[in-house]
Amino acid sequence: MSEHIVPWCLMCATFLTVLLLIGIFLFLFLSSLRAFREIALSEFFFGNNWNPISYHTPSWGIVALLQGTLLVSTVALLFASPLGLFTAIYLSEIASPPLREILKPTIEMIAGIPSVVLGLLGLLFLAPLIAKTFHLSNGLNALTAGILVGIAALPTIASVCEDALSGVTLRYREASLALGATRWTTIRWVVLPAALPGITAAIMLGFGRIIGETMIVLMVAGNSLALPRSLFSPVRPMTATIAIEIKETVIGSTHWHSLFALGLILFLLTFLVNFVADFLIHRRTL
Amino acid sequence: MRLAQRFHERLAIGCCRMSALLTVSMLAAVLLLLIFSGFRVMNLHFLTANWQHMDIAQGGIFPALFGSIALGIGVITVSFPLGLATAVFLTEYRPHALWKRTVQLAIRNLAGVPSVVYGLFGLAVFVQTLAFGMSLLAAILTLSIMTLPWVITAAIEALEAVPLHFRESSLVLGSTHLQTTWHIVLPAALPGSITGGIIGVARALGETAPLILVGATFYLSHLPRSLLDPFMALPYHTFILATQHSSPVAAAYAAGTALVLFGLTVLLCSGAILARFWFRKKKDW
Repeated sequence: MSEHIVPWCLMCATFLTVLLLIGIFLFLFLSSLRAFREIALSEFFFGNNWNPISYHTPSWGIVALLQGTLLVSTVALLFASPLGLFTAIYLSEIASPPLREILKPTIEMIAGIPSVVLGLLGLLFLAPLIAKTFHLSNGLNALTAGILVGIAALPTIASVCEDALSGVTLRYREASLALGATRWTTIRWVVLPAALPGITAAIMLGFGRIIGETMIVLMVAGNSLALPRSLFSPVRPMTATIAIEIKETVIGSTHWHSLFALGLILFLLTFLVNFVADFLIHRRTL
Repeated sequence: MRLAQRFHERLAIGCCRMSALLTVSMLAAVLLLLIFSGFRVMNLHFLTANWQHMDIAQGGIFPALFGSIALGIGVITVSFPLGLATAVFLTEYRPHALWKRTVQLAIRNLAGVPSVVYGLFGLAVFVQTLAFGMSLLAAILTLSIMTLPWVITAAIEALEAVPLHFRESSLVLGSTHLQTTWHIVLPAALPGSITGGIIGVARALGETAPLILVGATFYLSHLPRSLLDPFMALPYHTFILATQHSSPVAAAYAAGTALVLFGLTVLLCSGAILARFWFRKKKDW
């Protein structure tokens, strides 16, 4: 009897899980559709002004928000990718095995730092430091946010890169060394090319982590709706916009739905990035 | 030529070494700065006293600590059984391969969706549509859905690590599929699944963005009495103290709260890792 009931219950649980997870997408999609009933798609995607609560005509352009997200992501990636890759090379190719056993979990501990903690330390220490270094009136800008978000994404990049590098078969290294190549030549011309798909995946996963980061950009990115002009411009990425505005909107209004449209864009962006990364990592199984 | 090459070699390997050092020192810097700025306010009173809105030096963070712990217990109660059941169905009952692959693909990708998006979902579905309001229950359900992909991934890994001959031996001895799953496979996979679940909860507890949306509150005079009551939570408390409190000492209290939050996640994670270590020692395969 229970031989039949239990699998049935398990299947129901699986269905519920899948329903919940797919429900998120459907739900965002349907809510966004209602926003686009009143907002022209061209204005939404190409307009420079985001001002939904204007007295006259509200404007709904997300270009400034998108640029904020991209600017912060670029800084973060430029900061975290080389650092993460070189750290991974050290862990996988250079460090002695006992040292690696200690270092890897230590670096993964960075992933355990709640992002609000990084944001707080950014407010207290990094922003004043940046302001002082570059003679700015305050340090709340895309550069500060980018560095902090980069720190948050560093363990993801380093850890996935390390997996990719140690996944390269030992024979390649032995063959290269036997031919007289030096250690670095082996790493640079044998191990790195073999691990390239994994490294690309690592950077994409890092990118996914970076564009979804909310608390850090909310606290230190400067929160300005103007188009960013330089690294030192205050910006307001999409995630921060959702967190700031959602509490102040009328439930069910166009403004409310437009924030769900922002959520949908974030969802699709991260989904795409993760999908490609996943494809690169699991090429053989797909 | 040879000298230049040797220099090049040294330089490249030195770069790698420096990067690793820099990465580790960043963690050290975060820890030291956090302890340095938050340690001043840390004492037993800070941990156990109620929050005093007028004079923050008089009060503590007990309601926020309580809220976060309640949140953690709630999240693991909801997401662990659901995630484990899904994982067992996918690995032990082997549904159609295409189905399994689709579900796994969805799970892996959803693990990367930003927490603020889960927050939006929770706000509209649990807070508004199901009318739970800004409550502990709405937050628990939102964070549970967010942790589900992590829990399922960890559970599937643990289940797949159980050797096939365990199942074969059990079936050969005449036990049914259900008996095999329940008495042989699950006990062997449980430590790994639990470790994954606890790490998932630790990550969920540090998330602030969903809490902003589904509504942690900043100031409460009493602890939540039911699941439908509003609550305080450590990350949200840190955020408000850091950005919206005017008191000059607020930064130190924010850092103190952040220190407690970080301590809690480290405690959970290291507990999970120690448990895995202990189970692995006992493991005889």
